This record gives sequence, C-alpha cells and structure tokens, in this order.
Amino acid sequence: MTRTVRVAGGQGFWGDWLEAPVRQVQGGPIDYLMLDYLAEVTMSIMQKQKSRDPRMGYARDFPPLMERILPDVAARGIRVTSNAGGVNPRGCAEAVLDAARRLNLQGKVRVGLVTGDDILERLDDLIARGHELRDMDTGRPLADIRDKVLSANAYIGMAPIVEALAGGANVVVTGRVTDTGLTLGPLVHEFGWRADDWDRIAAGTIAGHVIECGAQCSGGNLMKGWRSVKGMANPGFPIVEASPDGTFIVTKHPNTGGVVSVASVTEQLVYEMGDPHAYITPDGVADFTSVRLAQAGRDRVRVSGIRGGPRTDMLKVSIAYFYGYKAVGTLVYSWPDAYDKARAADRILRRRLADLGLEFDQILTEYVGAGATHGRLAGAPDPDAPEVQLRVGVRARERAAVERFTREIAPLVLTGPPSVTGFAGGRPAVEEIVAYWPALIDRREIEPHVHVEILTA
Amino acid sequence: MALPSKRPARTEALQLRYVAHARSGDKGDTANVGLIALEPELYPLLAREVTRARVARHFRGIVSGVERFELPNLHALNFLLHGALDGGGTISLKTDAQGKVYSTALLRMEIPVPAALARRLRRTPR
Repeated sequence: MTRTVRVAGGQGFWGDWLEAPVRQVQGGPIDYLMLDYLAEVTMSIMQKQKSRDPRMGYARDFPPLMERILPDVAARGIRVTSNAGGVNPRGCAEAVLDAARRLNLQGKVRVGLVTGDDILERLDDLIARGHELRDMDTGRPLADIRDKVLSANAYIGMAPIVEALAGGANVVVTGRVTDTGLTLGPLVHEFGWRADDWDRIAAGTIAGHVIECGAQCSGGNLMKGWRSVKGMANPGFPIVEASPDGTFIVTKHPNTGGVVSVASVTEQLVYEMGDPHAYITPDGVADFTSVRLAQAGRDRVRVSGIRGGPRTDMLKVSIAYFYGYKAVGTLVYSWPDAYDKARAADRILRRRLADLGLEFDQILTEYVGAGATHGRLAGAPDPDAPEVQLRVGVRARERAAVERFTREIAPLVLTGPPSVTGFAGGRPAVEEIVAYWPALIDRREIEPHVHVEILTA
Repeated sequence: MALPSKRPARTEALQLRYVAHARSGDKGDTANVGLIALEPELYPLLAREVTRARVARHFRGIVSGVERFELPNLHALNFLLHGALDGGGTISLKTDAQGKVYSTALLRMEIPVPAALARRLRRTPR
C-alpha cells in the first residue's frame, strides 16, 4: 500500500473560525496541520499593530490556539506549519514556547523559527545597489514612497520549512512564507521530492492552494447548490491525502458538515486565479490547465495530472506603506422612497463637505440594497424597497479632513430627509490606510538570508 | 477573436446564472472571476458565447480592461477584470473592495442559448 501523508487545513485567514484547527486535530487522523493567516492586507495590519507595540505583529490568535492543541499535537506526533509569525515571527515563536511551558510540555515542543523574509532594514542598501523594487501594477520605483514604507517582506518558499522539519521541529512558525509553501514543505520533507521535480512541486503547490482558504473548498462560500450544503454549523475543514507520485485526495473528517465535491474544489481552484497556465510561486510554476478532478467517493475528490515548470529567478516582495486616511459612514433610510431619501441625504452631505472647504482624494457613495455591489448591472433601484443604506466613504492624505467628515454623518438625522435610522454605532472611526506595494527582487538577494532556528520549550 | 461558428437558428437570451457558477477574488486593483459550467456538457457553450468582448461590454464603465483564459479541464473560464476595485486592497472605499461578488455580477450577463436548452436550464432547480 502506498504511503499517504495527511495535511489538514485549519485556518484560511487571520480571523477564520477558531474551532476549526481544534476539530482538525480531534476529528480523526492527520499528520500535519497547516494554518494560513496571511492575506495581502494582513501584513499591513500586523505592521500597524507592531508599530504600536513592538511585541505584537503576529497572529495573536495563534499562541492561545496552540495552547489548546499542543497536548494532542505532542502526544500524537502531529506537526504544525504556519505563517502566523507575520512581521514578528520570533515574538510569535516565543509565545508558543511560553504556552508549551505552561502545559508542562518541556522537551516535547520544538519550534522551528523561520526568518529572513523581512527586508525592511535592508531596503536602503538594496535600492542603493540598483534594486528599484518597482510596483508591479503601476511601474513606479519604490524610491517614490521610501519614506512611507512600514514593512517589506519577500515571499519565500518551502525550503526553510523542509529544513525546520528535518531539524525536528513539530511547530514551524514563519513570516511571509507563501500560503502554498506551508503545505508543499511537509510533502517535500515526507516524500523526498527533489526541488526541481517541477511536476510534483506544482502538485504540492496546488494541494496547498486548494486547502489554503480553509472551508472555502469544502462547502463554505460554495455557489453551486448552496442550499443543499448541510451541517455548516460544524463545517469540515479540508484535508489533503497526498501520495508520493503527486496525486492527492481532497477530503474532510467524518461527521462534519459541508461537502467536498468536484464543484467545491473547482470553485477554490479558480479563486484569485491569474493566468492559469502560470501560477507563479517561489518554488515553481504550476499549470492549472493540467489539473484533473474526479469524485472518488463521498466527500472525496481525486486530483491528478498536474504539471509544472521551473521556478523563476525572482521573488515577490510585499511592501506596506502609509498612504493616508479613510472613513466610512452609514445611515439607513426607510420606505417609502428609501433610495430617493438616501440620494437626497448624500447631496446635502457633499454640499456641506464642500462648503467646509474639505478636500478629499475621493468621496464614494454607495446605496446598499440598491446596487452597491453590482452598480448599473443591478438595474433601477426598487422604489418600494423597504430600506436603503446610504454608505459614504472618504479618503484623504491628511487626517483633519477625514476627522471632520466623521462628524457630518449623525447631524443628517435631524437636518436631512425623514425616516432615517441605524446610526446607533455613533461616529465612524478614522482609519489609517496602510497600502500594499508588490514588487519583484532577485532571489539571490533573499535566499542567503533565510534562516532556520530550532527553539525548545 | 473567433466568431461563433454554427449557431442554431432559434436561440433565447439566458442569464449565465442558469449555465454557470462562479467565484471571484482579487489581486491588487484586478478582480478575477472563475466561471464554471454547471454541467460539463455546457462548457462548449460557455467557451463559445462568453467572449472577452462580451464580458468587456457587460462591464463597460465598471472595469478598465478584460482578459480571458480557458480551462477546458475544469470546464471553466477565467476572467481578469482590471481596474475593477477602485484602487484595491486597503485603499478602496468600496463595499466589495476585494471583488468577492464580481462573480455574481458576471452571472447577470445574458448569452444566446438554443431555445429548448434555455427552457430546460431555466426549469432546473439549483
């Protein structure tokens, strides 16, 4: 019988269902628990938190979660891979070790700490040596906003995870390791795949892509037949049963809700897809047009046929920079003529903002319940709509204008159109915008700096 | 762009919601929509009728450019909708700043479908 390795997905983003990783550990056999916490904007949020408190900057949910599952993890030989470390992986790793000590698991928890993705301190040197770090979308060189940069991290691949696992780590904590590397790493470690076995690297990468968003591949957010998806109060998060040849089964634990079907896996495969022929990661380039799916039993989908190509010479860099301020205010107008009332309120609000001499980069008005997300495609607003929410957002480089805007929403209740409600939340909050600047860098500038340490409780 | 070849004489306009399911996501200021045939046999119809030009027309004034990719193995098409997110990410003021429901916005689009098939698809409970 072929040996399979079971990698369970337990978090699809920072803020995902807290019970999921616990149920993945307790609901049946797994070899690895993969916890992905980082979306593009997450690094920016973590950087904001770190700038307020240097001990923060990682997924704060992770250490208490580990405290719940570490006894099982240690007893059953499960290994955890996670990019919960965010912009402070060392702080995150220390917090896990503290949890292990509180549980008297000294000697049983070995944390693999991966660093070297953080290039903030190296930026000036890199720019001075000719690395322009141009924005991949706009083409602007980073020098244009250098003084506003808050964080800069290279996306690194599976190699340091493999190294940490080989070094005996049972919990691997990283910063900006790719979502897919968290799954590929264990498979490379277990099966001894060569780093240039491009088809298998692509297979492990796509396995990672399938489970990196948690239940979004096992019934969550599933459009096809959503009414018939049962048991979502206890959704089964996905598990990959991988084989050494690069094929794998996507499944979930028994006695859980949701569904694993060709439809559910396909919806996840196309999520955030660019050119399907070239899904580029630090580890290789996967071809999504080669993926074959087949239902192989209840809640079991077999994935095969995956092909891939060589990795590129460049790594992507995720840079967060201070952009400005924004705020969003809302009010709800009721039937009759809810949409007309909301529009009238918006006209009054905009006139007041102009009369105050406030300047914004943008003012965006949406009418929730009357085409906020689909615009004109939704057709003319229903004159009999029971209510419409006026939603006005503003953005500016200076805080003062945005601050003043937040004080102009509530007054509309007594000084504007009638039958208005829904302002109990009070004044909207002014938010700092930390924006995302994707760039590319020669991987030879990064890889020599990537470092793995094994820390013991 | 290849023109539809042998289109049957009698067709009806049918919303894509009866032909496909979809999921969308974001990369910067670009939203993607993966459009998947509800039944594998419907993929050729999708591939023929959901052209780049039609999708660009559907989203005219809402997005700045459209790219289209075919995934016959998944019975799916992938569309990149550029300039769709008002700056994208944390900059965008939109409710749907991350393009999560561009999927259903595409499902509003109508394509010509052979009349008998259109009637069957409309009646099929989803």
